[in-house]
Amino acid sequence: MLKKYVGKNAILAATLAVATSLSAGAAQAIDDIHFLIPGGAGGGWDGTARGTGEALTKSGLLDSASYENMSGGGGGKAIAHLIETADQAHGTLMVNSTPIVIRSLTKVFPQNFRDLTPIAATIGDYAAFVVPTASKYQSFAELVADYKANPRSVAVAGGSSRGGMDHLVAAMAFKAAGGDATKVKYVSYDAGGKAMAGMLSGETHVLSTGFSEAIAMKNAGEVRILAITADERSPAAADVPTLQELGYDASFVNWRGFFAAPGLSDADALAYQQLLEKMYATDAWAEVRDRNGWTEIFRPGPEFIAFLEQQEGVIGELMKELGFL
Amino acid sequence: MWDGIFTGLETAVAPFNLMMVVVGCFAGTFIGMLPGLGPISAVALMIPITYGLDPASGIILMAGVYYGAVFGGSTSSILINAPGCASTVVTAFDGYPLAQKGQAGKALALAAYCSFTGGTIGALILLVAAPALATVSLSFQSSDYFALMVLGLTAVAAFSGKGQVLKALAMTVFGLMIATVGTDAISGIPRFTFGNIDLIDGISFLLLAMATFALAEVVMSVLKGNHRVEDAPMDMSSLGSMKLSKEEVKNIAPTATRSSLFGFLVGVLPGAGATIAAFLAYGVERNLSPRAIKDKFGKGALRGLAAPEAANNAASTGSFVPLLTLGIPGSGTTAIMLGALIAYGIQPGPRLFVDNPDVFWSVIISMYFGNLVLLILNLPLIPYISRLLVIPKPILIPLILFFSITGVYLVSFNSFDIELMAIITIIALLLRLLNFPMAPMLLGFILGGMFENNLSRALIISDGSLAFIWQRPLTLLIMCLAVVVLLMPVIGRFVGWRRLQGKASMMVADKGEG
Repeated sequence: MLKKYVGKNAILAATLAVATSLSAGAAQAIDDIHFLIPGGAGGGWDGTARGTGEALTKSGLLDSASYENMSGGGGGKAIAHLIETADQAHGTLMVNSTPIVIRSLTKVFPQNFRDLTPIAATIGDYAAFVVPTASKYQSFAELVADYKANPRSVAVAGGSSRGGMDHLVAAMAFKAAGGDATKVKYVSYDAGGKAMAGMLSGETHVLSTGFSEAIAMKNAGEVRILAITADERSPAAADVPTLQELGYDASFVNWRGFFAAPGLSDADALAYQQLLEKMYATDAWAEVRDRNGWTEIFRPGPEFIAFLEQQEGVIGELMKELGFL
Repeated sequence: MWDGIFTGLETAVAPFNLMMVVVGCFAGTFIGMLPGLGPISAVALMIPITYGLDPASGIILMAGVYYGAVFGGSTSSILINAPGCASTVVTAFDGYPLAQKGQAGKALALAAYCSFTGGTIGALILLVAAPALATVSLSFQSSDYFALMVLGLTAVAAFSGKGQVLKALAMTVFGLMIATVGTDAISGIPRFTFGNIDLIDGISFLLLAMATFALAEVVMSVLKGNHRVEDAPMDMSSLGSMKLSKEEVKNIAPTATRSSLFGFLVGVLPGAGATIAAFLAYGVERNLSPRAIKDKFGKGALRGLAAPEAANNAASTGSFVPLLTLGIPGSGTTAIMLGALIAYGIQPGPRLFVDNPDVFWSVIISMYFGNLVLLILNLPLIPYISRLLVIPKPILIPLILFFSITGVYLVSFNSFDIELMAIITIIALLLRLLNFPMAPMLLGFILGGMFENNLSRALIISDGSLAFIWQRPLTLLIMCLAVVVLLMPVIGRFVGWRRLQGKASMMVADKGEG
C-alpha cells in the first residue's frame, strides 16, 4: 500500500517541484520543526508528533525538533492558537486526526481543516468489530442478521461518546449492510480499554474500536475480530475479512497527520511534504513505526485535502441521518 | 507455574534489575513528592529511558516509578496540604492536621508503614492469585460500578464534622454538579461550558484538589496574617520523631490490613483506581470506627491517615491485574505502561505468564522488593523532610504557590487552568470562611462522573429499565450494603435504646423479686 501512495506522490511532487522552482525557486530546506500537540503528554497525538520528530532528527533529515503540548477544548485550543499566531508560526506543524473532521462538523470547533494548511496524512488505523472468543457470533453476517431482526438485541460498545468515531463507524457498517443506522444501541465508555473490559464482562455484545487495539487482544486469544474497515486485508491479521469483501460497501480509516498554519506558501508546504516523504525510507522511522505498530498511509497536500473532503462528506451525511447535525 | 515464578525470581534478583528497582523507586518518590506531578507524569518521563532496556528491566523500572510516585505523593499531602498526586488527596484530610499538631514525623512514618503494608499485601496477592484474579476484573458491569458509587457516596457522613451533616451534603451535591461540567462522556454534548472552549474537557480532579486545599490554605494563612507571625521555634526532635506507641500500632494494624485488601480489590476493577480506592477506604474505616475515634476523623486521626495510604498503594498494585492478565489498562498510568509493553512486542493478556514468564513474574516479585526499598529509602529521610515545616512562612508560602500551580500546569499545558485555579480558590475561600467542609465536595466530584456515566450506561443497556438494581445479584448486594451503611447510625441508636430499656425493665424485675 505504501508503495502505491509513494509512487503516485513522487510524480505529483516532481511536477509540483518543477512548477514551484519556476516561480519561487526551489523549496527552502527545513532545519527545525516546532510540533504543536493539541493534547497532554502520553496520548495518541503526543506519540505521533514525538515519534515523527524522533525519526526526522535521528535520520538527520532535521536538525532539531521541539514540542509543545496544548490541551483544551478537545483539541480546539491548539487549532485556534495556530490560526491566531499564523504569521509567526511558519515553522510549526500541528498533529491531528479524524476527530478534527467530526468536531468541526458538530461545531465544537468553530474552524475546520480549510482554515489550516493541510500538509499530509502520515499514519492510519482501521476500525474493527470485535467479539469475545466465546461469543456466538462467528461472522459479521450473523451479527447483521440479528441486528436486522431486532436492532436493540445487539449492544455495541465503543470508546468514544455518542456521535463519536466508534459510534459512527458502527452505524456506517450496519447501514451498508442494509440495516437502519439510527437504531444502533451504542454504549459509550471513557476509553477503548474500558469499552473492551465492558464487552468482556458480557454487558455488550460487540466492540467497535481501532484495529491496532484489537489486534493485540486477538493475538492474546481473548477476542475474535469479525471484520475491519480497510479496503484490503491486513498482513497483521490475514484471516480477518474486510467489510468490502463481505459485500458491505463501507470503508473507514482513522488517519493521523500534520497541519501547518494558514497562509503558508506553497513552496514551504511542499518542503514539509517532501521532508515527511523522505522520512518513510529511513531506518529511524522503521524503528519508530514498528515500535508503535503504526500503518503507513501517506497522503500529501492535494491528495490529503481531497481525502478530508471525502471523509467530511461521508461522515457529515451519516451524522445528519443519525440526527447529530 | 512454579517454573515461571523461579524464572521471575531469577530475573528480578539480577543485579541490574535490582538497580532498576532502586532507581525507579527513588525517581518515583522524588517526582511524586512534587505537588501535582503524579505517577502519570513520572511514568511518561521514563518511557524514553526504557527503550534501551530489555522488557523485564524496562517494566520493572516503570513499575518502581509508579508505586514510588504513589508512595512519595503522600509527603506533600501531609506536610503542606498540597497533594502530590490525585490518589493522595485523601491522605491530606488527616495527615495535614497531624503535621500541624507537630507530629509530622509520626504522620510521615505512619504513611510509609501503611504504604508498605498496602504494597506488600498487594504484591503477595498478585503473586498467589494474579491469573485467577482476571475473572474478578471482568465481573463488574456498569450497574455494579453504579452501585459501588452509591456505596461510596454514603461515605459522605465520614467527611462531615459534628452537626455539619447538612453542610456536608450540600457540598457533596456541589461536587456532583461540578463533575457535570464539560463534554458528557455518554452523549458527547457539552454541558455548562457557557461556550467556553476551555471547559469542554471538564475540570480536572487534581486542579480542584490543589485549588481547594493547597491554594486556599495558603491564601487563608496570608489573610489571617500568619505569615508575619514569627513561628514559635518548633521542637525539632518531636517533629522528626517517628515513634508509634504499641497501643497505636495495635489500633492501626487492623485498619491497614483491611484497607489494603479493600484497596487491592478496587484496584483490580478497571473502572475504578487508586484515588477512588483511597476515598472508599477512608469512608469505610470511619464507619467502622468507634464513636470516639469517628469524631477525630478530619482532625488528625491516625486511622484516617492509615486507611487511604494502605488502600492507594494496594490499589496501584491491584491495577496490574487487568494490565498484565487482560491487557486492559484501568488508569492513565497503566495505559502508558501498556503502550510500553506493546512497544517491546509483548502482548499482555491471559497468555503473558505462559509466553513471557520472566516478564510477568519478575515484575510482580520486583514489586515486593520495591516496597521494601521504598521503606528503607524513606524512613531515614523523614527527619530531614519534615524540616520543610520549619522553613519560614514568607519563603514557604510562595514555594507552595509555585509548585502547586506549575504542577497543575505541567499536566495539561493549558494556561486557562491557572485562571480556573484562581477562581476556584476564591470560591473555596468563601466557602471555608462560612465553615463549609471541602472534602465532601471532592468526594462528590470524584465519584460523580463514574456515578453518572455508569448509570447512563446501565440504563442504555437495559433499554431504560431500572430493573438491573434488583436483577443483578452483585448490584443488589452492593446496594444493600449501601443501605445498611446509611441506616447504621439509626440502627445503632435503636439498639442502644433497646438495651437501656431492657436494663431498666430488668432492674424493675429485680426489685419486684426482691
